[in-house]
Amino acid sequence: MFGRLSWSAIPLDQPIVMGTGAVLGIVLFSVFLLVTLKGAWPYLWREWITSVDHKRIGVMYMILGLVMLVRGFSDAIMMRTQLALAAGHAQGYLPPEHYDQIFSAHGTIMIFFVAMPFVVGLMNFAVPLQLGVRDVAFPKLNSVSFWLTASGVLLVNLSLFVGEFARTGWLAYPPLSELAYSPGVGVDYYLWSLQLSGMGTLLTGINLTTTILKIRAPGMGYSRMPIFCWTSLASNLLIVAAFPVLTATFAMLLLDRYCGFHFFTNELGGNPMMYVNLIWIWGHPEVYILILPAFGVFSEVVATFSRKPLFGYRSMVLATMVICVLSFMVWLHHFFTMGAGADVNGFFGIMTMIIAVPTGVKVFNWLFTLYGGRIQYTVPVYWAIGFIVTFVIGGMTGVLMAIPPADFVLHNSLFLIAHFHNVAIGGVVFGAMAGYTYWFPKAFGFKLNERLGKAIFWCWFIGFYLAFMPLYALGLMGATRRMQHYPDTHWQPLMVVALAGAVVILLGIALTAVQLAVSIRQRHVHSDPTGDPWNGRTLEWSVPSPPPAWNFTDMPNVQHTDEYWHMKEEGVVRITSPGAIADMRLPPNSPVGIFLAFFAVILGFALIWRIDWLAGVGLIGAAAVVLREAWQTDLEVRVPAEEVAAYARAHPTPIPGSSGGAFDRKEVTSGEGS
Amino acid sequence: MPISGWACCVAELWSAGGELRCKWRRLTSILCGSMILASCQEGPLDPHGPIGQAERVILYDATAIMLAVVIPVILLTLLFAWWFRAGNRRATYRPEWEYAGRIELIIWAIPALVILFLGGIAWISSHELDPPKPLQSATPPLDVEVVSLDWRWLFIYPRERIATVNYLVIPADVPVHFRLTSTSVMNSFFIPQLGSQIYTMPGTTTQLNLQADKPGTYSGLSAQFSGPGFSDMRFSLHVESAAGFATWIAHTRAQGRALNGTTFEELARPTRAGGELTYGSVADDPFQSVVAGRMTTHWSIKEAL
Amino acid sequence: MSVGEQALSTGPGVPLSLRGPASVRVVAGFGFWLFLLSDIILFAALFATYSVLSGSTAGGPTAAELFDKTHVFVETMCLLASSVTCGFGSLAVQRTDTRSVYFWMGITFLLGATFLTLEGREFASMVAAGAGPSRSAFLSAFFTLVGTHGLHVSLGLVWLVIMLLQVTTLGFQPMVGRRFFAFGLFWHALDIVWIGVFTIVYLGAK
Repeated sequence: MFGRLSWSAIPLDQPIVMGTGAVLGIVLFSVFLLVTLKGAWPYLWREWITSVDHKRIGVMYMILGLVMLVRGFSDAIMMRTQLALAAGHAQGYLPPEHYDQIFSAHGTIMIFFVAMPFVVGLMNFAVPLQLGVRDVAFPKLNSVSFWLTASGVLLVNLSLFVGEFARTGWLAYPPLSELAYSPGVGVDYYLWSLQLSGMGTLLTGINLTTTILKIRAPGMGYSRMPIFCWTSLASNLLIVAAFPVLTATFAMLLLDRYCGFHFFTNELGGNPMMYVNLIWIWGHPEVYILILPAFGVFSEVVATFSRKPLFGYRSMVLATMVICVLSFMVWLHHFFTMGAGADVNGFFGIMTMIIAVPTGVKVFNWLFTLYGGRIQYTVPVYWAIGFIVTFVIGGMTGVLMAIPPADFVLHNSLFLIAHFHNVAIGGVVFGAMAGYTYWFPKAFGFKLNERLGKAIFWCWFIGFYLAFMPLYALGLMGATRRMQHYPDTHWQPLMVVALAGAVVILLGIALTAVQLAVSIRQRHVHSDPTGDPWNGRTLEWSVPSPPPAWNFTDMPNVQHTDEYWHMKEEGVVRITSPGAIADMRLPPNSPVGIFLAFFAVILGFALIWRIDWLAGVGLIGAAAVVLREAWQTDLEVRVPAEEVAAYARAHPTPIPGSSGGAFDRKEVTSGEGS
Repeated sequence: MPISGWACCVAELWSAGGELRCKWRRLTSILCGSMILASCQEGPLDPHGPIGQAERVILYDATAIMLAVVIPVILLTLLFAWWFRAGNRRATYRPEWEYAGRIELIIWAIPALVILFLGGIAWISSHELDPPKPLQSATPPLDVEVVSLDWRWLFIYPRERIATVNYLVIPADVPVHFRLTSTSVMNSFFIPQLGSQIYTMPGTTTQLNLQADKPGTYSGLSAQFSGPGFSDMRFSLHVESAAGFATWIAHTRAQGRALNGTTFEELARPTRAGGELTYGSVADDPFQSVVAGRMTTHWSIKEAL
Repeated sequence: MSVGEQALSTGPGVPLSLRGPASVRVVAGFGFWLFLLSDIILFAALFATYSVLSGSTAGGPTAAELFDKTHVFVETMCLLASSVTCGFGSLAVQRTDTRSVYFWMGITFLLGATFLTLEGREFASMVAAGAGPSRSAFLSAFFTLVGTHGLHVSLGLVWLVIMLLQVTTLGFQPMVGRRFFAFGLFWHALDIVWIGVFTIVYLGAK
């Protein structure tokens, strides 16, 4: 009746898990109680849960990422503590059956449920605003994407309390992940939660690619697009091209596990090496999916706060698209040691190095953007400088390992771990934090507290070096990854330093929560009345903070790259004459996202535990939601022209003292209402 | 010269933006110093065989070449960031400067040249240090067959007809030709102080050639996560002189335990921290049986924990 | 300009990339094209796996032993014909000619259903003969590749029924027109994938 599910699935004998569950239960219950008592459910439902507004969805992605950062980082602290203790004959406090789940969960959560939501959230929020348009191409699909990602999050967290998680590492190589060697439900939790969120991500890729290529303000040709939109385009093209491979590969592993197929098993012709190839054909583009938008954020930040245009815009665009294409040609460098032979290894080593060229070009272009600038040391600039310094070290160690014989002694060592955390933290996390700080005022109308922001930066920066430089050394001493204990006691001091680094980063994460609370309390002190708190260059700063649902009362007619900067330079203020404002036609809210996610969770849970009837319920429910949606004919909501005009009058966007000089401010009445 | 230690030092000092007070500077130096010393004493930076030595040269050379670019970039970043700060009115503000052809050329050329050079190293060294490639030596190679079990290492000497578990004995200055496979899941055979690792995979054979320069004891491990007993999958490598090796062979042959179908099955059962074992005789061709898939294991739920 | 396109008044010499947001019809079509591309990449991964595993018969039946080329020829003709009828159906949609839509799309449905029936029978007979997907890696790859195509065809047929219901209940609204267009793209794409399947799997059988 309940498949493999029974009461024994609840890990009553694991105090850490039960304790976490208790705390989480109390927190969730309190939140629910608070929301209910304040009568805020209708507001939440209307304004957030069923919202199809890219700005709201972007914020929800960021919240999801931040919450999961706590979970992923708890895993990290547990791992570091275990390794700081388990030297020589000591076994630490986490036996392999738990430790192996923890490092698998750590990697899975950080990549899929922290980094991806951060990056997708920033792209969702900023791209339509930068393009000068009202929303993404498919707003309802956007909501579906978010809620499918959230359903993956829910399943992964459920695995903590009901059943177990995979014990295979974050990529679940067979044969270890086959039923023969992972007979429990852990790998199934892993596979189904990633299939669901992967579907959401693929839809985002389609959505944002279509938006960037087909929905831009008039006059915004490709060479006038902000650089963040270019990097987002490259990232989303990679999503569309790479995620289907992940879906197919996981589907094959699922068929092996559920239906006795033999794609990757040890019997009857299965070939685990095929899985390794396929998963990295996805895996390498995935890391570029994460880093390219971060590069875009830094391009925007460095240009804005240097008060100069980005140096070598065309070069940057070319470099971005070259990286996009090349990222599909390097996958084998993740397993040089599988023995493919010298020609194959050599080819992929060279391709990997070639991809370092455009990356290096980008770094130089940022440098020359700084050169000749007037740099304001805001928090995003701290992240940017910290990024450049840190990322080049990580890039260097990457190119080092791209030489196959060097990789032969460093593969799967702590040196490798240090390398990818170097680029992931120094690149993706720093980029996410920079973007978060940079666009926060646009989203909420007030800035984040600067002093705390700088403290957070230093915690991450110092903490990163403390945590990962010892790992470079340990890797060079022969330490491998995923060890639950190790015999060499003289490695222990380095492990302790690494733990200290992790604690410093933990402080940074805690301060992020504090910063949010303090900034909300101080929102009137740091408010952003003009919509342009940083003296920005791109169009998102030309609308009020937060923007109205329709973003632009008046779709701009773009003549230059850095259009808003030129508008300010020329003293142009766009005012729409009252007669020219038309009704705004916006997509209506829709519950299709959350309803689909609801049935997706049921379906996923049922499939994991082999509860057939429940899976049927999930499938039929999801189909019903889709069918219902197919007959929805109210495709838009109208905001009457008077309301729009009243809003425009109440929120004029005066141009703040921008380029320094006083000059005539021309007022242009525009007939473009749309 | 352990590059990582130096790189770390540079990073540490510069990361604090040059505002370290004396006390912190000392502490950082001590940390860096100990890491430098530590990296030197074991692992890939302390190789005792020709493969490992060649690989160490690559590590140092490639790192040095890249540092020649990376260090100036980091210094320039900090320099530009500091000099062009908004408060510094002595710096020339160039608000329209966004393109310069000559600079673009240099920007593309520098990484391209470095990569061209390193790419050449990658291609040549991939061929010279390809694991299946036999080592140049007057002495004929010793053949060893390696089977990764759950979670132990089985070493079979096919010509000598003996086998060991969790320890390996080889003569110094003699190339060793390994053929490797696995009974169950992927592992990676790795002796950090001798050089390259290679995956072991069920149903297929990989090859590796290594050599140790002089007698000594080294440690080996699995570098590919393979389940709950993974961390205990360590073995010792004992490098003996030629005479010592011959003695050891003779001594081992005299031992009673036999490796046959039954004892192999026992060996293949999931066992953690199984310790060292010795087999004085080997029946049939267990390595081939494993490759042919006749000895594949499955784990029960308890064994998988 | 067809139904739903906004009037974008810009001069005749202005490039498309400068004209502002594209019409709903263009956006929807482009988005669906991207989805189709992603689907083809999914098939590419399955094709690659099939190619690698096609020799791994584990002592069991091989491709040459199992496949009946006549049977596949009939399936192929059904599918290709259904693409033609789908094309006529799409023309009928553009003409808003309800009866022709029912007629041509109905035939498309029947041809698609025939294809599926034939394929289902092939699968069933293989399973009955001990050549099911769990017999060997080759067979796992075969059933998955061809089966995924069949699954897409099945979903396509379900979609077709829904579209006919939509035309009945909602008439030829722009939204319905866009969806028929997407369906047509989908159906033709499945044909293209099938050409890949019968070339690599059936004609390439050793």
